[in-house]
Amino acid sequence: MSVKGRIHSLESFGTVDGPGIRFVVFLQGCPLRCQFCHNPDTWDVHTGTEYEPKQLVDEIIKYKSYMEFSGGGVTFTGGEPLLQAEFILEVCKLLKPHNISVALDTSGFIWNSFVNEVLEYTDIVLLDIKNYDKRVYERVTGVPLTPTLKFLDYLKEKDIKTWIRYVLVPGLTDNLDAVKGLSDHLDQYPNVEKIDLLSFHKMGEFKWKELGLKYELADTPEPSKALLAEVKAIFESNGKKVSANI
Amino acid sequence: MRDEWYGFKSGSWMTDVNVRSFIQHNYTPYEGDDTFLVGPTKRTTELWEQVMELMKEESKKGIIDAETSVPSTITAFGAGYIDKDKEVIVGFQTDKPLKRGIMPNGGIRVVKNALESYGYTLDKKTEEIYSENRKTHNDGVFDAYTDAMKKARHTGIITGLPDAYGRGRIIGDYRRVALYGVDFLIEEKVQEKKLLEIPILVSPDIRLREEISEQIKALKQLKKMADFYGYDISKPASNSFEATQWTYFAYLGAIKEQDGAAMSLGRVSTFLDIYYERDLKEGKITESEVQELIDQFVMKLRMVRFLRTPSYNDLFSGDPTWVTESIGGMGMDGRTLVTKSSYRVLHTLYNLGPAPEPNLTVLWSVFLPEAFKKFCSKVSIDTSSIQYESDDIMREVWGDDYGIACCVSAMRIGKQMQFFGARANLAKALLYAINGGKDEIYGEQVAPMFAPVTGDYLEYDEVMSKFDQTMDWLSELYINTLNVIHYMHDKYNYEQLQMALHDINILRTEACGIAGLSVVADSLSAIKYAKVKVIRNEAGLAVDYEIEGEYPAYGNNDDRVDQIAIEIVERFMNKLRKVKTYRDAMQTLSVLTITSNVVYGKKTGSTPDGRKAGEPFAPGANPMHGRDTKGAVASMMSVAKLPYKHAEDGISYTFSIIPKALGKNKDERIDNLSGLLDGYFHSKGHHINVNVFDRETLMDAMDHPEKYPQLTIRVSGYAVNFIRLNREQQLDVIHRTFHER
Repeated sequence: MSVKGRIHSLESFGTVDGPGIRFVVFLQGCPLRCQFCHNPDTWDVHTGTEYEPKQLVDEIIKYKSYMEFSGGGVTFTGGEPLLQAEFILEVCKLLKPHNISVALDTSGFIWNSFVNEVLEYTDIVLLDIKNYDKRVYERVTGVPLTPTLKFLDYLKEKDIKTWIRYVLVPGLTDNLDAVKGLSDHLDQYPNVEKIDLLSFHKMGEFKWKELGLKYELADTPEPSKALLAEVKAIFESNGKKVSANI
Repeated sequence: MRDEWYGFKSGSWMTDVNVRSFIQHNYTPYEGDDTFLVGPTKRTTELWEQVMELMKEESKKGIIDAETSVPSTITAFGAGYIDKDKEVIVGFQTDKPLKRGIMPNGGIRVVKNALESYGYTLDKKTEEIYSENRKTHNDGVFDAYTDAMKKARHTGIITGLPDAYGRGRIIGDYRRVALYGVDFLIEEKVQEKKLLEIPILVSPDIRLREEISEQIKALKQLKKMADFYGYDISKPASNSFEATQWTYFAYLGAIKEQDGAAMSLGRVSTFLDIYYERDLKEGKITESEVQELIDQFVMKLRMVRFLRTPSYNDLFSGDPTWVTESIGGMGMDGRTLVTKSSYRVLHTLYNLGPAPEPNLTVLWSVFLPEAFKKFCSKVSIDTSSIQYESDDIMREVWGDDYGIACCVSAMRIGKQMQFFGARANLAKALLYAINGGKDEIYGEQVAPMFAPVTGDYLEYDEVMSKFDQTMDWLSELYINTLNVIHYMHDKYNYEQLQMALHDINILRTEACGIAGLSVVADSLSAIKYAKVKVIRNEAGLAVDYEIEGEYPAYGNNDDRVDQIAIEIVERFMNKLRKVKTYRDAMQTLSVLTITSNVVYGKKTGSTPDGRKAGEPFAPGANPMHGRDTKGAVASMMSVAKLPYKHAEDGISYTFSIIPKALGKNKDERIDNLSGLLDGYFHSKGHHINVNVFDRETLMDAMDHPEKYPQLTIRVSGYAVNFIRLNREQQLDVIHRTFHER
């Protein structure tokens, strides 16, 4: 009996979670409680729709031609996909003969033998680093930063292509010293190909209300273009490629 | 060889009328990028500003001017200009720009009503002639209609029939006039007529002899029309300007003679490119002058106008003319048919700004040059003014010199025409099946009486078998109705000039259509996979439905329901194939609603999928909005499964997406859109309208139309000017699925 996965939803036309057109699998459940999360409905580990690995694979491979024409693939995100690493591993094994590129969008907080194995099948990791200041990281996410940095070390060791994702939230993650610190830190990682600088937005606010949760950032504005440009420049200062919507 | 043909490679086109042969022997495929393109000339810009002023006035008043007495013919009006010094390409339908002519051969009542709705009065004498002395198409149709046909028309189970106006959707091969000159074409027709001097002369051949004579007359009139403007088109065009002008003259003659619903142009840009290349090589013309010719040609195409009633405009959202130009595609020999002029035509959307007409249609192939794919994607993202159709599917069926008439109807140019048949409302037919042939709104018995469904819950097998029976009745009635219409159209409103620009032996298609496919598929899916309870009124008529449980909805790439949609298309098409057609036309089917999905919805009661009475259908083959929850590609994949071989008149899909959902920056968006189109067409999609904009832009345009005079959006198979839609249609567009994630 293979392990079942809990899926929040599927998106057949993802264009912002990795290169090309991606089939995006939103897995249910997350140990982090990021204040700016725009999918708080993916936190609960008990809800979602159950899928057999084969069932999900059958769904994914329907879209192969779109992936091929655009240089895309499948992206596992969530929630925290690696909470269900055992399930993802089964899916990856079944995907292998279809030659579909696999991207993993993770906080890097989870580590176990399944995660280890999943990475053997992963072509690109989108690693979310919410902040480089340990205290701020904990305040933003409710969990410590250290596991994420260790995860990054492992990606370097295995030479897995990595994009770092950083969400810029005014008043929360615009501590420029920490940005600089992160930028310098990343300089030691040749596997980090790009930094994806994301602008905070409130499109998920309604979901917090629906779930009866208090949204702390209701009065937080979206970052100004000037701030975005400033942060982008810091990340670029060490020669990394930065993508940002300015 | 004719002098005008110097430098061209010879082929069978020199002795027989064969434009394709000319193109294949002489065109220059272009695989480069868009960097050679240039902006508009000063006089183009100045002229366009004047035209925009006129259009602004028109949109305030409804129409600028209308003829009230002289019926429009090829030669009814002399020359007309806006600004003679700045106009490079000349010719208007009447004596003034944007002034609407009248074409009472289709029906005098429509002309009269249309004039009156804009405050004009039809001349008494003209009215008298067309009421008492000259019978119209409309009169003929109603003389022959049966009661059943009238009833079906009244309840709207068959609607949009061309029984009171020109049928349109015929493409003359306008290129022939430029390549051969009119005298050559007349001589060809004279010879063909001689071949019909046969021992036993009966009906079909007598009709054909009469038609050829009409065609010859029309060609002679066309020469006279060009002469009003000072040009002699009896001879072939000898340079870039003449080729463009002659082609436009041929098209102009057609739109002076006919006000068909769709008056499409065909596939002219690669043809004209041959003349441009010849002159460019010899240094006789510059890139800027070539672009000027195309800009000004397109400007004229944007000014095509017909007199319509306001209710017609409501049905079609504004004032569409479907001046469809088909661009690109691949040749049978594997060379691309993309030329520099394919780029130039699309570039008019920058030089003159976006616009709904001409209806620019890119024939997409996964084999198109990558640079051209990227360019098209960029233009779509910037202007939302292009539609795409699968050259890979259509080339197999129609060869490599077909064009699109109207929205999605392919036809081999000059070798094929269609009997346009609007569409049958299949969602309503499903309700007839449940109600024993009674209309759910009027309560009248419309289909022959049979036992209605009487249970509290709908059973799939029972509903399907009754639906099948209803479709049997509907398909016969539908084809017979079209037979009446097209018999009369040929008799009273024959398209002399357009048919003069066709071969003598042509393929005719009887182009039927269906509306409400996604409603039917979802309804049947609900009956099969959930429980559907029937709510009846006092008269026992099923008027509403309650759904218990969930069902797979069309638009999620789920075979459980997609197979139902496929089966409905195939089944209805096979029923149509059984019914005898006028002139042995070959039955075809489209899944297309134009924008009348709103009107069809209004006329249809609640359906078992949960759609309430009066709510709009999804346009064309689109999934119902909000029900496609797995994203754009899943939605497309459902549509792409519909079988073209059972819907050869086209399968229309409209796609709207916000820029952010296409990618993070312009380059990524271009790449992703191009990849998306490749994926869609690779998986056998037939057609797609691409809209790229934010919902907020549309909402703002509703409140501040003055800020968006040129905001163009693609609807079902064509484009419209957003601010000219009525409020209901605007809301429908805004409420449709926008892919936002």
